[in-house]
Amino acid sequence: MKAAVIVFPGLNRDRDMIAALTKISGSAPQTVWHQDADLPDTDLIVIPGGFSYGDYLRCGAIAARSPIMDKVRERAARGVRVLGVCNGFQILIEAGLLPGALMRNQSLKFVCREVKLEVVNAETDFTRHYTRGQILRCPVAHHDGNYFADAETLARLEGEGRVAFRYAEGTNPNGSINDIAGIFNESKTVLGLMPHPENLIEAAHGGTDGRGLFSSLLGRAA
Amino acid sequence: MTLRNDIAITPELVASHGLKPDEYQKILDLIGREPTYTELGIFSAMWNEHCSYKSSKKWLRTLPTSGPRVIQGPGENAGVVDIGDGQAIIFKMESHNHPSFIEPYQGAATGVGGILRDVFTMGARPVAAMNALRFGAPDHEKTRHLVSGVVAGVGGYGNAFGVPTVGGEVEFDARYNGNNLVNAFAAGLADTDKIFYSKAEGVGLPVVYLGAKTGRDGVGGATMASAEFGDDIEEKRPTVQVGDPFTEKRLLEACLELMATGAVIAIQDMGAAGLTCSAVEMGAKGDLGIELDLDKVPVREERMTAYEMMLSESQERMLMVLHPDKEAAARQVFEKWELDFATVGKTTDDLRFRVLWQGEEVANLPIKDLGDEAPEYDRPWIEPVSPAPLAVSDVPQMDVADALLRLVGGHQVASRRWVYEQYDTLIQGNSLQLPGGDAGVIRVEGHQTKALAFSSDVTPRYCEADPYEGGKQAVAECWRNLTATGAEPLAATDNLNFGNPERPEIMGQLVFAIKGIGEACKALDFPIVSGNVSLYNETNGRGILPTPTIGGVGLLPDWSRMARIGFAGEGEAILLVGAPENWGGHLGQSIYMRDLHERRDGPPPPVDLAHERKTGDFVRGLIRAGTATAVHDLSDGGLGVALAEMAISGGIGATVDQPQNHDPIATFFGEDQGRYLVTIRAAELEKTLAEASRLGVAAPHIGQTGGQSLQLGAARAVPVAALASAFESWFPNFMRDTAA
Repeated sequence: MKAAVIVFPGLNRDRDMIAALTKISGSAPQTVWHQDADLPDTDLIVIPGGFSYGDYLRCGAIAARSPIMDKVRERAARGVRVLGVCNGFQILIEAGLLPGALMRNQSLKFVCREVKLEVVNAETDFTRHYTRGQILRCPVAHHDGNYFADAETLARLEGEGRVAFRYAEGTNPNGSINDIAGIFNESKTVLGLMPHPENLIEAAHGGTDGRGLFSSLLGRAA
Repeated sequence: MTLRNDIAITPELVASHGLKPDEYQKILDLIGREPTYTELGIFSAMWNEHCSYKSSKKWLRTLPTSGPRVIQGPGENAGVVDIGDGQAIIFKMESHNHPSFIEPYQGAATGVGGILRDVFTMGARPVAAMNALRFGAPDHEKTRHLVSGVVAGVGGYGNAFGVPTVGGEVEFDARYNGNNLVNAFAAGLADTDKIFYSKAEGVGLPVVYLGAKTGRDGVGGATMASAEFGDDIEEKRPTVQVGDPFTEKRLLEACLELMATGAVIAIQDMGAAGLTCSAVEMGAKGDLGIELDLDKVPVREERMTAYEMMLSESQERMLMVLHPDKEAAARQVFEKWELDFATVGKTTDDLRFRVLWQGEEVANLPIKDLGDEAPEYDRPWIEPVSPAPLAVSDVPQMDVADALLRLVGGHQVASRRWVYEQYDTLIQGNSLQLPGGDAGVIRVEGHQTKALAFSSDVTPRYCEADPYEGGKQAVAECWRNLTATGAEPLAATDNLNFGNPERPEIMGQLVFAIKGIGEACKALDFPIVSGNVSLYNETNGRGILPTPTIGGVGLLPDWSRMARIGFAGEGEAILLVGAPENWGGHLGQSIYMRDLHERRDGPPPPVDLAHERKTGDFVRGLIRAGTATAVHDLSDGGLGVALAEMAISGGIGATVDQPQNHDPIATFFGEDQGRYLVTIRAAELEKTLAEASRLGVAAPHIGQTGGQSLQLGAARAVPVAALASAFESWFPNFMRDTAA
């Protein structure tokens, strides 16, 4: 599987994401600068975490209106897999590829700690190397990860198996509604999540629970 | 407000620039005429305490600054130390005390921004940050507001920039009520053959301005930082700069990209006194003149005067001397990152610092003299008097288990989780040990086994009681914390925070602390490669506790042989390595006396540097041999608190003995130096004790790990869960209901 990582100015977990994709797939993803005219033909597009445009205006709002995002929307419509982590998740929401909103954490503070995640739907290209109900360790690091959606949207997300991950065992770090940590689009080809699986993929990280997400996507065993 | 350049230079104006009458006379003698208003501003920026080190220089020269691994000592933007394989670690610590008290969020944020810039200016990608924070008494009305703002500011900048915060300190004392301390540390990695310096070379080359635009923020900041606070402190807010980590992150990427093209001859970041200091520094170091045309400086405000532009401390700006044939390529890099790029001047051969503004020459000064001729003082000092020893009969008694719980749940020892969870500790994916242990550790990216350890230390109450022993102790504790992970301590940076040096008793503290630091650094082969001095930390005539913060870096050849503080298994033997007779018992200046009995008497524990080294080398050997399963150094609260921290971290209890006929309070809460707790598997006990005895290292076997409680000698057992609850509760309870 070929992957591309899109970099906007102000992102800062792009290097972490590139390292994770490289270590797990054995080959480096293509890096795409937001002003590049072309988005290479890949099976997976990743928008990593950070502070695109300094989080000014609203997290992800400026990046979401960048011309390259039109191309991401086109590819997503054609079924190319799209993964957004942290700021990438915020950008996907702002770009209209995922529903709902990510508000300031309930504590009003940035939070960096390890949480527990429950795999809610393991029957997707992103999660097939996990099992349903599996509890994962995973770090979070964000200021605006408090997921919210109106009742109708929420009912659809829950009813259609579009909740990917839920904060488990009382570890919800930000006040997200229904403990939601990550969601899919309708066709389950776009995933956005706040936690950072790319920071828990090797012994040096103290665990490898994050590998499953990448190996699911990249078609290799965890 | 218009600040014309032909404004009359009155004695009042000179005084308001922080220049003393004799210093002004020196300016007149140097240039042979009255300075213009802009020139007066330039002198005040170059000659204030913050930039010139005029009170401390004489004593700083006595510090050891070289060693086999030192590539660059003090005098550049940061120190450079060889870590092998063609790589170097580049680091420095710097204070942002005054701004952080006036405006905590921005003051702290720009402190972090400034130190990161110092590191990447030299061509290094920042890989680790720490911060040492000291606030007033927890119950002081401003403390919570300052804690909340400073922590948010440190996080707000570092998190967005993308550097992991791996360590630091947070401490409270009423002596910081009117003057908190924010000491920010940053370290970056670079290849030893790709390090960039500030020395300009070549005549007629373009001087290029890069980064953010210049505004009026921070005008006169360095001068402000060199004065005491009075009650008019709130009026000084306009002298605090505003940070923009988004621009800094782009500046980092643009600078590293530009450096890779080979276009950069010299580079200097614009920190204190912005354009003035950076231009003078580059010219003076290269024996060149500099001519600046201020009409070409990118500005974000209208009608800025030459004076304002020269003294602005707007953040995220750099000055470079570039190869003229690569100017176009350089411009392209900066345009890609949407940053300003402007050729604002050139190097000259006349050794003058000339500033043009609207066609007029507003300054023309001898460039070397601005730095070299800065005043230097041998300020009078008096030798501090050591307090009388604490009599054994004068130790207030209490239940050992109660004392332990109160100390573990008190402001000095309690977990700093509330603080460090607001910092991104994981970004870059290399963090091996997070805050909460003895030292933060990151692996060296691109290397299979190598890792770096970082620790920041000082015990201000020791320094207050005895600056010389306190100075030694700060260095020894930092060296010990690095050692406790298995690292070889390489070098350190010092951030000396003191009161008004014009008072002989304060100057005495500075002189003796530096003596202590120097002696310890020599004995431990732990040179000082960079640093910063912050004086005049006083409010209404009352100085802070003398606080010489030491930030150290250590190297681990193989992080699979690294120690952590948590008990690792049940039934392991606990050794107290480096223990004196009766395991210790020095209660003078201990937190047992201060926090439980409101007593601050007695001398601090002395540091025996030869003992320190021998003990540390033995412990490091145990770690590297894979024998030690957990290691923790003893500091605040002594043996009892260290055992509790190991139990809490590992979730495993322990049972320890106590020496016969010895006060258990002294045994468990004495703060004797040069001690480590080391756990080893039972099967390794005999061999390890024999080895210790062969090397002449005291390593009494004091107990075993295991169970759900911590039992200190004859005291009642305390459940680890109760310790953990006390440990974790203090900070959240303290900060409850504060606005972010």
